[in-house]
Amino acid sequence: MKDLRLIVVFALVVGLVPFLSHSGVVLNWLMMALFATLLSQAWNVLGGFGGQFSFGHAVFFGTGAYAQALFQMSWGLSPWLALGLAVLLSALLGAALGAVSFRYGLKGSYFALVTLAFAEVFRILALSVGFTGGGVGLMLPLSESLGNMQFSSRAGYVWLVLSWVVLALLITAFLRHSRFGAYLQAVRDNEDAARALGVNPFAVKCGATMLSAGLMGAGGAFYLQVFQYIDPNLVYGSHTSIAALVGAIVGGMGTLWGPVVGAMALELLSELTRNLFGELPGINLVIYGALLILIMVFLPRGLVGLKDRVQSKSQRARQPLGLAPRSGVDTISHPSAGDSPIAATPARGGHSDAA
Amino acid sequence: MGAVYTLIALGLTLIYGVLHIINFAHGASLMMALFAVYGLNQVFGLDPYLSMGIVVPGMFVFGYALQRFVIERASHERDENILLVTLGVSIVMENLALLLFHSDTRSIDTDYTLSTVTILGCVLARAKVISFLGAMVVSAFLLVLIQTTDLGRAIRAVAKEKQGARLMGINVEHVYAMSFGIGMASLGAAAAFLLPSFYVNPTVGNGFVLVAFTIVVLGGMGSFLGAWVGGLLLGVVESVGGLFLGDSLGQVGIFLIFIVVLLFRPQGLFGAKT
Repeated sequence: MKDLRLIVVFALVVGLVPFLSHSGVVLNWLMMALFATLLSQAWNVLGGFGGQFSFGHAVFFGTGAYAQALFQMSWGLSPWLALGLAVLLSALLGAALGAVSFRYGLKGSYFALVTLAFAEVFRILALSVGFTGGGVGLMLPLSESLGNMQFSSRAGYVWLVLSWVVLALLITAFLRHSRFGAYLQAVRDNEDAARALGVNPFAVKCGATMLSAGLMGAGGAFYLQVFQYIDPNLVYGSHTSIAALVGAIVGGMGTLWGPVVGAMALELLSELTRNLFGELPGINLVIYGALLILIMVFLPRGLVGLKDRVQSKSQRARQPLGLAPRSGVDTISHPSAGDSPIAATPARGGHSDAA
Repeated sequence: MGAVYTLIALGLTLIYGVLHIINFAHGASLMMALFAVYGLNQVFGLDPYLSMGIVVPGMFVFGYALQRFVIERASHERDENILLVTLGVSIVMENLALLLFHSDTRSIDTDYTLSTVTILGCVLARAKVISFLGAMVVSAFLLVLIQTTDLGRAIRAVAKEKQGARLMGINVEHVYAMSFGIGMASLGAAAAFLLPSFYVNPTVGNGFVLVAFTIVVLGGMGSFLGAWVGGLLLGVVESVGGLFLGDSLGQVGIFLIFIVVLLFRPQGLFGAKT
């Protein structure tokens, strides 16, 4: 319940910003920060809660973007309908790729590699086949209206992407408090033990990939609506996968607010460097990479882990540092919520419906 | 091409076989070595093959330091963290190169770039023949190093049984870093053999990183023989694929092999353990 309240507060506060400020800079930053948050949160569903590190999430992003473009341009569908279909298509692709990878037991580094390879295959195919426009890319005709999901001010886009971020947050909250989420975390922490207790790891991981891919597809569709232009290197390129992953890790994997904090911090940082150094090619990614290394060395639980670390330092001897929620960053901090005793003890819910 | 692939994959398979980590920075490191060879050639007019004398030790020191001071500290004993850190390293290296050298593609001109030799009736580019032979020599040298020297024995001991090796008085961290350094040094050699018939730009490593992974996976993680066979096989696949499907789609062939091997035979052709 506390999670829900916080999400509502977050939505209201961010949603009000366009009324308070009409500055293009502020709104543009907010839009990009929310966009980055959406990608990070999408990655977090699979990487943080599922423990499956994907290095090729761009494959879902790009598929969402191309689906959004082609449904509108070739079939003449309304962008709102296209958005739903694009998300559905990305989610289905996620389920399919997840099913293929997990069916053959890929995990850890192998899963990361195979997702990277999938993204590369899609990028090269999109460059080669006809209907994607190849390397020339696709240009969405500009016509600003609500029905076309093209807005004259950034405010419209801010609300649009905010609604998706809120949905992503709700999904994450669901993962923390539902039976499915408990299964997922149990599989992440110890797959064999989870299986022994009657959890089906394959189905659980595929489900998480599907959710994650759907959100990523929404991100791709949103990208198209804002910038009205896509090409294969832009949407299937590795920088999208990296942005999603770095945001989630910097903020804190497997937490509700970590990716929000991480993505916003990164977006702020890249805005600052843009002001300091101008538009140097690659400077952003240099910082992303350096930050990723620094976080891994000094704060493996991300920025959100800082809070917990400060609190716990006085109480107990330092535990081996691992993924965030296992030692209770948030998960067991409110067992009194009542709606989900399972979230605190993931393995327990397993045997009740072993079928 | 296949022989140079082999050399690149040997470095990767050595690092994997000993440290059980996948080095994502492999492609970016190769790119860096290529730039080093290129720079030495442009600034000092050094022949690419001679520049090996500088680039190989340089890459060794770089690899040793990277493992010792960055990767080891970030790992916290978890494989996933190593994966992420090497990814971070590769992002930094690649984009620093982009900042410093821009995205232009460069190649060098030597008096033997365009010359050819005829072997058994086939006309072959001389640079490619040299790189083939050179790669074979270097990989044979690596094999001897691993099989016969004290360091090689220590490396194999650590790869098999880390705790046991530590109890026998082997400095495991040092051996890790040495393996990483040797892996990087073989990249330096690969770069020197590659450049006369190839080009360099900041993203050149990307193409190689998946190729190298494919070879290593195809041959079996940690298997030297596998890396040899896999490298040569993949060189053929790429050429044949490029011939029938065109250059860009030919690459898809490599990725498809990679995915298929990962899915159906993750232990590879010569791998023992699953």
